[in-house]
Amino acid sequence: MAISEAGRRGKEVRSDCWIAIEEKSSGGIAIGLKSKVASMYGASLKDLIESGLKFFGIANASVEFEDAGALPLTVMARLETAIRRLKPTETREFLPEMAPACQYTTQRERMRRSRLYLPGNEAKFMINSGLHKPDGVILDLEDSVHPAEKDSARVHVRNALRRIDFMGSERMVRINQGEMGLIDLDFIVPHNVHIILIPKCESPGEVKAVDAKIAEIKKKHKVTADVFLMPIVESALGAIKAYEIAVASPNVVALTIGLEDYTADIGTRRTNEGRESFWARSQVVNAARAAKVQPIDTVFSDVADMEGLRASVLEAKALGFEGKGCIHPRQIEVINDAFAPTEDEIKRAKAIVIAYNEAQAKGLGVVSLGSKMIDPPVVKRALRTVDLAVASGKLAENWRETK
Amino acid sequence: MKQELVKNAVGRIVPTVVNSKEQTPYLGVGKYSPKGNKAAPPIASTKDYPADGNKVVKDLRTALEQVGLKDGMTLSTHHHFRNGDLVANQIFDVAAEMGVKNVTWFPSASFPCHAPLIKYLDNGVIHHIEGSMNGPLGEYTSRGKMTKGLAVLRSHGGRYQAIQDGEVHVDIAVIAAPTADPFGNCNGVNGPSACGSLFFALADSQYADKVIVVTDNLVPFPCVPWQIQGNYVDCVVVIDKIGDPAKIVSGTTEITKSPDRLLIAELTAKFVKQAGILKNGFSFQAGAGGTSLAFAIFLKDMMKEAGIKARFIRGGSNKYLVEMLEEGLTDYILDGQTFDLHGVRSMRENPRHVATSPFTSYNYHGKGNFGTMVDCVVLGATEVDVNFNANVVTHSDGLLLHGIGGWQNCLFSGCTILPIPSFRDRIPVLLDEVTTLCGPGELIDVIVTERGIAINPRRKDLLDAVKGSDLPIRPVEDIKIEVEGICGGKPARAKVKDRVVAAIKWVDGTLIDCVREVE
Repeated sequence: MAISEAGRRGKEVRSDCWIAIEEKSSGGIAIGLKSKVASMYGASLKDLIESGLKFFGIANASVEFEDAGALPLTVMARLETAIRRLKPTETREFLPEMAPACQYTTQRERMRRSRLYLPGNEAKFMINSGLHKPDGVILDLEDSVHPAEKDSARVHVRNALRRIDFMGSERMVRINQGEMGLIDLDFIVPHNVHIILIPKCESPGEVKAVDAKIAEIKKKHKVTADVFLMPIVESALGAIKAYEIAVASPNVVALTIGLEDYTADIGTRRTNEGRESFWARSQVVNAARAAKVQPIDTVFSDVADMEGLRASVLEAKALGFEGKGCIHPRQIEVINDAFAPTEDEIKRAKAIVIAYNEAQAKGLGVVSLGSKMIDPPVVKRALRTVDLAVASGKLAENWRETK
Repeated sequence: MKQELVKNAVGRIVPTVVNSKEQTPYLGVGKYSPKGNKAAPPIASTKDYPADGNKVVKDLRTALEQVGLKDGMTLSTHHHFRNGDLVANQIFDVAAEMGVKNVTWFPSASFPCHAPLIKYLDNGVIHHIEGSMNGPLGEYTSRGKMTKGLAVLRSHGGRYQAIQDGEVHVDIAVIAAPTADPFGNCNGVNGPSACGSLFFALADSQYADKVIVVTDNLVPFPCVPWQIQGNYVDCVVVIDKIGDPAKIVSGTTEITKSPDRLLIAELTAKFVKQAGILKNGFSFQAGAGGTSLAFAIFLKDMMKEAGIKARFIRGGSNKYLVEMLEEGLTDYILDGQTFDLHGVRSMRENPRHVATSPFTSYNYHGKGNFGTMVDCVVLGATEVDVNFNANVVTHSDGLLLHGIGGWQNCLFSGCTILPIPSFRDRIPVLLDEVTTLCGPGELIDVIVTERGIAINPRRKDLLDAVKGSDLPIRPVEDIKIEVEGICGGKPARAKVKDRVVAAIKWVDGTLIDCVREVE
C-alpha cells in the first residue's frame, strides 16, 4: 500500500520532526515513536498523532515518527503534509487552535523599518523571532524553500500564523510567483496575515491577480481585516513598471526591491558601492512616493558586518527609503537605530509640531515658526519624524507635556 | 540491597548510607557544622627518599607497584586536561594488567575521553566512580550499569572538603604534570603539554598516602613554579604524552552566534549594570560557554564606556578575560582553570594572572573562601524551577550528563545570575520542580531568559535597584506559564526507577539530592 513521508530527521535537525505513514487495510494504528522529548511529551505526541489520523479518517496505518523537539504546530504540519502527500485530493486542514496572541491587527500607516526574513519551513528561527522586535516578520514560502517542500512549507507557515506569538511585529508572508503563489494564498489568507509580499513582480496584472484571489478567500472565510500588499521589484522590467505596480491596487502599502535578482537580470553583479542599482532603487523610491506608499530597501546580506549595515541603512535613508530587509535578528536594532532621526532632526521637528498645534488651536490656516511660514508637507514630515523618534526610543511618548 | 531513605531540608528523598558510609541529609544553607579534626596522611620520613632527590622510576607499572596498588584502594586523577587527558586510561590499563580489582576511581572530573574505562567498570577493575561525570560515564551510570557502588558527585570545593574531613581517603594520587623535576615539583604552565593550573590535585598531593607524578617534560631540579611540591611526591614517571592541551577548550571558545543567546547575554550585562553591581573595584566570574563569553564581551564594552575597572575577575580564563587583563580592565585574574591556550600563556607570563586552588576559592573547611567575596557570578544550568532551585547534572529525561564543577561553590557570590534559555527546542528549562536539585533557590538570585528576567523575591534589594528600568523584569511563574504554552503543556517528569545510582553532595558534604536509574 502507499507510503508517504514529511519533515526532516538527522543529527543536525532541531525543532523539527519526520513522519512516515503507511496506510493499511486492517490492524488499527501502530505508532513507532522516537523523540528527544519522549520522557516529557511522549504521551501527548502519541495522542496528537492519533487524533490527526482520526481527523483525516485513517483507521489503519503504520506510523514512524522521529522527533528532534518539534513544537506541536510543526508536528501537526508534518502529519498533515504526509497525509496530503498520501492522498493528493485531501483538502481538509488539521488546524491548531488560533492563539489569542496571534490575533492582533495592523494598520496601513505603520513603521516598516526592519522586516526579518524567516524560512517558512523552519520552525526554529520563527519561534523566538518576535523577541528581537522587528517591525515585521516575513514567513517565506519562496526562495528559502526547496521546490519539493513547497506543499510542506505552506502548511507549516499557516500553523505558525495560528500559533507563534510574533509580539506585535507585522505578520507578512512572501508567496511564490504566479500560479503557485495563488495556491499559497489559500493557506495563508484566512489566518490573520497582515501583508503579502509578491516576489519578482513585473506587471500590475500580477498584483491585481493576487488582490482578486485575496478578496475571494476573504469573502469565503469571512475575513474582515485588511490584507495589504508589498510587491517586490526584482528585474529590469519590474523597475521600469514600478509606478504601475505600486498603484495596481489600493491594498499596496509599500514597494520594495530585491537586488540579487535585479543585478543578475541587468547582467551585472551586486557591489558594496551599489552604483549598478542606484537607478532602480531611486526608481522604486520615486514610484512608491508617487503612489503614496512606503519605499522599502533590499536586505543587507553580510550578517557579520554591522558597520557596513549601518552605513547601508544611512544611505538607504538618504535615498528616501523607510525600511530595510534583514536576514539575522542582530541586524534589527542596527537598522531601527539608523532609521531613527538625529537629535537635530528631532529638535526641529518638535518645534514645527508645536507651532502646528498652536496654529490649530488658534484656528489659523497658516503655520509659522519664527518669521518663516511652514508648508503643509514640512509639517507632515515633522509629524512623521516625531513619531519615528518616539518609536525609536529617542523621544518620550509624552514629550508634549514634559516639553 | 535495600536502601534506607530520608527526606532532607529541601524535600528531596536521599539515602542514609552511600557506599557503606553514613550520610547527613542536607540541612539547609550554613546549617551543618561538623566537629573534630581534619584527616591527615601517614607520617613520612626524609631518610626513606633518595638524598639526590631523584625519584624517577622507569614506567607506570613500576610506580604503581612501588606505591603498592592493591584491590579495593581509592585512586585519584584530575581533570586539568579536561577532555584531553591521556593518563587516567593508561593507569587503569596498567592496573588491569597487574590484575588489581575493585579500585574506587576518584577523579576531580571525568570526560568523554574516559569512555574506554567503561570496560573496567564492567570487568571489576574499577569498583565505582566518585567524581563528576560528563558524558558517556554519566549515561552508563544513569542506566544502572555501575552496579557495585553509587556514583558520588561533588563540587570542586566539596571534593577538597571530603578529602579534608576524611570522608574520602585517597590511597594513591596520580598527578599528570606538563612539567616536573625528578624530585616531583611540578606545574601546568610550562612544557609542550602546558594546560594551566594543577591545583585540582592540590588536596590529593597533601592528603593521599602515596603520590605519583606523571610527566612528558622532565626538567632538572628545580621546576619553577612548583604548583605541586615534590615534598609530597613518592615517585616520578616519564611517558611520551600526558594529554592534549588543545582539548581543554571547554564548551566553546567562540562567542555564540545564536541571536537568542546573544539577547540573553546582553540582558544579563544590562542587568549587572542597572542593578549597580558594575562599579569601580567590582569583581565577577563568568563560566565557559558561548553565552557567558558573550556576556563578558557586552560587559567589557560597558566597562570601557563607563570607565570602570574590576579589581579581579574569576576564571575559567579564556582569550576574552585575558584581553580584559591586558587592556587594564581588571587588576587580576584569579583563575581556577584555563579554558583555552590564551589563558595558559597568560597564567605563565603574567604575574597578575594567578592560579587559585579549590582550597582558596571554594573549600568549606577553610577559614573563609574567595567564592563568597565575588560580587557577581554568571552560571549555566540545565533546569531551574519556580523556587529558583537549579539543576546542573541531569537532563530533563533524567540522564546524568554533567559534573557540578565549581558551580555549587559559586552560588555564594553577592549576586548569582543564571542566564538560560527558557526552553531548548521543546524542552522547557523553567519548571515547577527541577529533576535533580543541585543548588537551593535561596542562593540563586536572578534568572535571565530570552523572555524576561526573574529576580528571586528574597532579593528585595535587587528588585528595588532595577525598579523603573527598561529591563523586562517578570515573575518567574509568568515566564514558566508562557513557556508551557509554547511547548504544549506541562512536561511529564522523567521516568525513573526507585534505585539510586548517584548521590549529589552539597558543598558541606551533606546529601542534597540523588539521581535514580532511568528506565
